[in-house]
Amino acid sequence: MSFRKVFSLPTFFSMMLLVALLGTGFAQAQNQDSTAVSITAATDSASATTAGPKIPTLISTDVDTTKLSWNLGDGQGNKVEIGKVETDFSPAYKSFAYYALLFFLFCVFIGIIGKALRAYELTRSIQGKSEGINWNRIQGILFAFALLVGLYGAYWSYTNQGAMINHTSGSVHGERIDFMFNVTLVITTIVFVITHILLFGFAYKYVGSEKRKAYYYPHNNALERLWTVVPAIVLTVLVLLGFFTWRGITNISEEDQKKALSIEVTGEQFKWTVRYAGADNQVGLRNYKLITPTNNLGIDYRDQKSWDDKLAGEIVLPVSRSVRFTIGAKDVLHSFYIPEFRVQMNAVPGMPTSFQFTPKYTTEEMREKTNNPGFDYVLLCAKICGSGHYNMQVKVKVVSEQDYQTWLAQQPLYYNDDVKKEMQMAAQKAAAETNKMAFNTK
Amino acid sequence: MASTAIHDTAAHQDHGHHHETFLTKYIFSQDHKMIAKQFLITGIIMGVIAMFFSVLFRLQLGWPDKSFPILETFLGKWAEGGRIKPDFYLALVTIHGTMMVFFVLTAGLSGTFSNLLIPLQLGARDMASPFLNMLSYWFFFLACTIMMGSFFVESGPASAGWTIYPPLSALPKAIAGSGLGMTLWLISMTLFIASSLIGALNYISTVLNMRTKGMDLWRMPLTIWAFFLTAIVGVLSFPVLVSAVVLLIFDRSFGTSFYLSDIVLQGQILPNQGGSPILWQHLFWFLGHPEVYIVLMPALGITSEVIATNSRKPIFGYHAMVYSLIGITVLSFIVWGHHMFVTGMNPFLGGVFMITTLIIAVPSAVKTFNYLATLWRGNIRFTPAMMFAIGLVSFFISGGLTGIFLGNAALDINLHDTYFVVAHFHLVMGSAAIFGMLSGVYHWFPKMFGRMMDEKLGYLHFWLTFIGAYLVFFPMHFMGLDGVPRRYYAFTEFEFMKEWLTVNTFISWAAIIAALAQIAFLYNFFNSMFFGKKAPQNPWESNTLEWTTPVEHLHGNWPGEIPTVHRWPYDYSKPGHDKDFIPQTTPFSETMSSNLPHDFEGNVEAEQIQEKWVKENKKPAARQKA
Repeated sequence: MSFRKVFSLPTFFSMMLLVALLGTGFAQAQNQDSTAVSITAATDSASATTAGPKIPTLISTDVDTTKLSWNLGDGQGNKVEIGKVETDFSPAYKSFAYYALLFFLFCVFIGIIGKALRAYELTRSIQGKSEGINWNRIQGILFAFALLVGLYGAYWSYTNQGAMINHTSGSVHGERIDFMFNVTLVITTIVFVITHILLFGFAYKYVGSEKRKAYYYPHNNALERLWTVVPAIVLTVLVLLGFFTWRGITNISEEDQKKALSIEVTGEQFKWTVRYAGADNQVGLRNYKLITPTNNLGIDYRDQKSWDDKLAGEIVLPVSRSVRFTIGAKDVLHSFYIPEFRVQMNAVPGMPTSFQFTPKYTTEEMREKTNNPGFDYVLLCAKICGSGHYNMQVKVKVVSEQDYQTWLAQQPLYYNDDVKKEMQMAAQKAAAETNKMAFNTK
Repeated sequence: MASTAIHDTAAHQDHGHHHETFLTKYIFSQDHKMIAKQFLITGIIMGVIAMFFSVLFRLQLGWPDKSFPILETFLGKWAEGGRIKPDFYLALVTIHGTMMVFFVLTAGLSGTFSNLLIPLQLGARDMASPFLNMLSYWFFFLACTIMMGSFFVESGPASAGWTIYPPLSALPKAIAGSGLGMTLWLISMTLFIASSLIGALNYISTVLNMRTKGMDLWRMPLTIWAFFLTAIVGVLSFPVLVSAVVLLIFDRSFGTSFYLSDIVLQGQILPNQGGSPILWQHLFWFLGHPEVYIVLMPALGITSEVIATNSRKPIFGYHAMVYSLIGITVLSFIVWGHHMFVTGMNPFLGGVFMITTLIIAVPSAVKTFNYLATLWRGNIRFTPAMMFAIGLVSFFISGGLTGIFLGNAALDINLHDTYFVVAHFHLVMGSAAIFGMLSGVYHWFPKMFGRMMDEKLGYLHFWLTFIGAYLVFFPMHFMGLDGVPRRYYAFTEFEFMKEWLTVNTFISWAAIIAALAQIAFLYNFFNSMFFGKKAPQNPWESNTLEWTTPVEHLHGNWPGEIPTVHRWPYDYSKPGHDKDFIPQTTPFSETMSSNLPHDFEGNVEAEQIQEKWVKENKKPAARQKA
């Protein structure tokens, strides 16, 4: 047996040695700890993150503390460089070694248990009794135990973590999605519970023994047909329900598309730019080649539709009115995702996408419904887009129609005086050019 | 077939005399058993590395505000101040995914067990082309080396996610990892695909041409069916990924615009025009989705074999199992669009992909129920292999059921790219396939190394891993339902994600404990390799052909003639037979007391002989009973 190897003489001695080392290591670590605490005390007011660890841990902030003290001493950030060169990593190594030893000791402990079990079994067999421990039986019992604990755990997760999810859809179509979700959830949970009871129940009930023979049962066509047809029927129901829900959300008539409030959102690393279509409800043409530091979206101002387009720092939507987002990207893929609305659509460079929906509750109403005064709808990016992917947010507010109009009136136009001036200058220049050309050809 | 067998014997005798050096035996071996071991050990090493990466990024997600000075000592500028940098976090996620999916669960799983079992379970001396087999391993090894090498590049390894969607992966300025790191990723992947293709072609030709006498297709163990169909899926889908990769290399290095159009990166207008990032997604997922089944089907095959053997029962519905595998094979090619419901693909097309996707749940359900029926009234022996096989069925159910949510286009709107997806695929193809692989390792370890693994450590390993995996992935479903996106460096920036911070700490602890539990396996594996108990020839009392070979490996597998196969591989606990298993090599003439009319597959002569025997033996038998 492999456990015997752990207890061969040289291994045993080396283990003793390691335990001795551990003792000293612990003592040293204790010393280290006290110094760390004293330093922390000195710089306590500087940073809350350098709270002194009670035991030397893998996540000790000792290094930070030294750095910080450097920082404090010279009062300038430049000194961090010097501090870094002299950073002493030995506490990090020590605490790491400490944990490694602890784990090793634990492994040895497991080894000892294994050895004890083995010794017990050997004595039983020497005494001529049947094998001491029926491992097969134990595993069967463990499976039954795992079934009970697992089912309770799943129930606990459903009730506790399930309660942490936002259950109220902020949009009209979201309620259809939630209905679809609940239907699927009920069906899958039933299947999950039943199959697991069968799987672990069989494992518990049919534990092998020498006395018994398994039941030779290679196939039963009726049974197999049954459990092909039943899932097929259930899935057909889900497919149909899902298909119509999906078409209902994505297949919107052109008439409705035109009626909807038109907003354009453009993603780039790592922010969103929002453009409201203005009075004509049509955003002006864009061309990525026109993008300059001042014309961030590359709006083509020769297109008069762009003249009333409005710039906004956040998204404000009127409640109960259909809104159509045109979604674009300047550099890489992003994804326009507002979880509470059940809305997601990728932003693809070179291919505008869109999503149309109707907000159902204002932010205020949602705050009441969710019992969370801090609630806000938020737009985030769901497609990996680079190092700032995890923080690409825009606040979304849903307000009454009246509040929306007031808010919109305050938003600045893209086509502002600067742009007009620039346009005029460009036009004059162009005119001069053509004049010159005309002159030359004469 | 008979002539092939004789020819093989002659060839084998020639082989027996040539001199084997260390180099030809252990390094550039052309023996399928050695190549299988090479694949396995490389796969395990890659698995450990990829698992270590996951622990690193779990540290970041579990304790986003804490610093771990030890990380800085090893990772330097990638973890300055003891905290992993966002760029490096994405690199870890990317390489973790790539290594696990391709190196561990494709090469480590298919490579190991197809190589080991196809010749042994079919009764062949070796693979159809031993040289190509060797080449397949060395391409794989090179791919692993290059992938690891990308960690030693100044700008860091590829970090655009394992699906490397362009333009992020195509533009070095968009993310540091898309520089040299991504080039190395693409080279590594090209080599890997070459390896997979060579391997798969070899498996297919071996299965079709080199079965021993009597081994017709319907007598093949389900493992072989699974490996065979997996190889077919691989041959048909991997070349598409090559084309995608080559186009991406062109875009990156030669200024073409297959995937790029209308891009302004950090104020700079790029000249590329006319391409589409969606094209990459179509090409990638045309491989990517079948890839899921390339990972899963061998695990299901192994499970079928292990569950039947250790329940001491024939696998329930052998034909249904094969047909469901074939069904999955075919359907796997027409469901890729379900990864793209919200990419802006035509919504009607999304609806069609939704229908095909949910259809694939039917053969999967059939397989699950057949496993349950196999356990029913069995005489179960809980070897570690059996435990892992049962664990696989549990993961397959849990992960499969969440697939019904994600396959539904309407629900996918809200779940796409969230932690729900992470939870789903880690259960159904991650954990399940790993459990299939571990089950296979525990089951065929005696065949590979001639020694037994320690059972009790195996039990410990199973329970810690099984519980650990559920503790890690079950809570993630709820995070996803709340709208927490995946590949987020930290959940500290959004108000609604903050309530999940404690859950993340819990998940990280579970992940660390589950990762440490793998040490029980590694110790067990490497220790048993040298010091384990000597294995008997047929330790699990199994029916299949590999257990008729001697324990000591020899070139050509069987010392004399290759045995002939007389029956299907699942005659366990057949009534009327004294033992609870009948190897495939036992002819019906030796088991007259247990033969059933169905066994003779319409062979009239055999049926008459059997009838005659029954008549002659009925009376004495009845008298004995009385």
